[in-house]
Amino acid sequence: MTALERPDGTASGPHPTPAAGTRLDRWLGSYAERTHGMRASEIRALFAVANRPEVVSLAGGMPYLEGLPLDVIGDLAQRVVATRGTTALQYGSGQGDETLREQILEVMRLEGIEAHPDDVVVTTGSQQALDLVTRLFVDPGDVVVAEAPSYVGALGVFRAYQADVVHVPLDADGLIPEALETTLADLARQGRRVKLLYTVPNFHNPAGVTLSAERRPRILEIAARYGVLVLEDNPYGLLGFDREPLPAMRSMSDEGVIYLGSFSKTFAPGYRVGWAVAPHAVREKLVLASESAILSPSNASQLAISAYLATCDWKGQVKAFRELYRERRDAMVGALSEHLPDASWTVPDGGFYTWVRLPDGLDAKAMLPRAVTARVAYVPGTAFYFDGQGSDHMRLSFCFPTPERIREGVRRLAGVVSAESELVSLFGTGGAAARGDVQSPGPDLA
Amino acid sequence: MPHDPVPATPRVVVLAGGLSHERDVSLRSGRRVAEALRSAGVDVSVHDVDADLVPALAETRPDLVWPLLHGASGEDGSVRDVLELLDVPSLGTGPRASRVAWSKPIAKTTVTRAGIATPEFVTLPQSLFRELGAGRVMDAVVAKLGLPLVVKPSRGGSALGVTLVRSAEELPGAMVACFAYGDTALIERAVEGVEVAVGVVELDGTPVALPAVEVVTDGPYDYDARYNPGRTEYFAPARLPDDLAARAAETAVAAHQVLGLRHLSRTDLIIDADGQPWFLEVNVAPGMTETSLFPQGAEAGGHHLPTLYRRLVEAGLSDR
Repeated sequence: MTALERPDGTASGPHPTPAAGTRLDRWLGSYAERTHGMRASEIRALFAVANRPEVVSLAGGMPYLEGLPLDVIGDLAQRVVATRGTTALQYGSGQGDETLREQILEVMRLEGIEAHPDDVVVTTGSQQALDLVTRLFVDPGDVVVAEAPSYVGALGVFRAYQADVVHVPLDADGLIPEALETTLADLARQGRRVKLLYTVPNFHNPAGVTLSAERRPRILEIAARYGVLVLEDNPYGLLGFDREPLPAMRSMSDEGVIYLGSFSKTFAPGYRVGWAVAPHAVREKLVLASESAILSPSNASQLAISAYLATCDWKGQVKAFRELYRERRDAMVGALSEHLPDASWTVPDGGFYTWVRLPDGLDAKAMLPRAVTARVAYVPGTAFYFDGQGSDHMRLSFCFPTPERIREGVRRLAGVVSAESELVSLFGTGGAAARGDVQSPGPDLA
Repeated sequence: MPHDPVPATPRVVVLAGGLSHERDVSLRSGRRVAEALRSAGVDVSVHDVDADLVPALAETRPDLVWPLLHGASGEDGSVRDVLELLDVPSLGTGPRASRVAWSKPIAKTTVTRAGIATPEFVTLPQSLFRELGAGRVMDAVVAKLGLPLVVKPSRGGSALGVTLVRSAEELPGAMVACFAYGDTALIERAVEGVEVAVGVVELDGTPVALPAVEVVTDGPYDYDARYNPGRTEYFAPARLPDDLAARAAETAVAAHQVLGLRHLSRTDLIIDADGQPWFLEVNVAPGMTETSLFPQGAEAGGHHLPTLYRRLVEAGLSDR
């Protein structure tokens, strides 16, 4: 390439000739088909403002890390490197550190899961486990059945592997078994290949609801009957406000479920440590797939978490988080009752999120610029669907802002809703919503 | 008080970010310019517009501030007011002219004084629709301006809140989308033609146009088309015959002058089938991202970007 040639190959210089057009991407013709949908969107750009302290962000799913004993955790990390540095900073096992895998069994026992350390595969956050499982099972055009709505980060993975996501409705007790049965029967009649049932049974993201104990075996039975593997994604299970955790679906079926767990919400997402528990043969392939993707999960992170679990009162910490988030849930629900009486919302008994239905005629995505101007942010409901549904909903998270900031955020939101309602009634229609959506969320939106 | 002569290694603060809807674009513009200036031997730091800014400027006393803020306080002149208050020299258009350029209707009205054509338009605040009845006002707009129309917020960039309206039925939705970004709408007759952007630089006191950059999209030149390489095809220089290219350049320079702009600007024009350039809007802080039009025009004009940006800094320092 000469000095005057631009990276895209077109000429540039003091005597320009009428150039051929450029699309500013020399490799445009080279991308894989699955890459075509990946693009920066207007909505994503609006979230750039949401990170500023002036904005009350009810958008992000970030745990409140100030609640952690950071000095103690810092000492532990320092000690891990000082005493076990040649292990911590070295490549590790593709399946994950064995001691940590044993400790993970102890964590999962709280939800009734009995497993062997060999059944556990440590991953870089459970997001990587989602990616690996999808990579193992989903060919382009295969169907993944998921709740309506569903976690935006999972939809991004399914989209990347060119799956077709079919949503099944949920209600206050989680995924509706009858609706699942109907959907799977329809898909079978159409000859569609359904590979996975993706579900977040506890304190659902974004809906805030929990799959009832009574429905869990029924969902498993239906999935088994149709030959569909259940992908149980459970980052929030230990964060219930009012009661002990329900038994995980994995505790009822060793062979029909891949279980995903995470330290991101109960401890610290910065370490990026999650795990999968899978039937024997699947687990073997998961390890191979993970090795091809990342060689091994971070030893430094695993050893730091292992030391934390071994030496700190982590159960006490989880309890403290539960109380902290319950107070914030109460602040959120109280503020919604006070300021947004024309909306409706779920009252979660754990986790990070409430799912709000806007007054009639409002479009959460079209309204977002107004909200950002008013210094409050949320995630529009359409992010949580594969097919453009959800425009009348938004996800509000109460995990990160203090109760006082939550109340202030909802107060601002009420002003936004009121102004938007007036506009919509004035023009008799919702807005032509911003194009694009949160296809791949920024990490802090997960 | 006269300032020192231009230092060999000027200390420049690039302002990027801010709280506008275009924060993300501004951050990207700021990083690009800072990187280019560094490679041209300028001592540059990037600062957000936040509570730390005023004390930081007071403490470091940079030779020059380059505001690369898009939208709201960055382009409406208010940040430049503060810089003047602090007696910190800045690159680009001063606060008063920024305020005029920032308001699309006022800028359009002003350029007509220089004989520049701009599509017929109306500026309507949301309150007016409420007072007079939205249906009646929209009917009057369509009767007067015809179709298609472009609806856009009277202030703001990156095509946020902008909709091309082809039928009267689409107008209400476009109005709602527009008012989500601001309380006043500019509705103008859509002109069909070649869409070009013309950068203007003032390196030695005389504004000079950069080659026009032609924008061809498979749909509206919206946010998605602007910031995702691939959806838009750019021709730099634009595929215009020499006389039309010269006319576009003259129009951009005339707009720069009549609006009282300084150092750099970018004027967006449509050239219709008769070769008439129509002024759409002007930017006092044009985008400087990887896909932005001003840098493409500069490169098409044979400029090496780091050198050009350094020369702009030097022009700013000379004008202190």
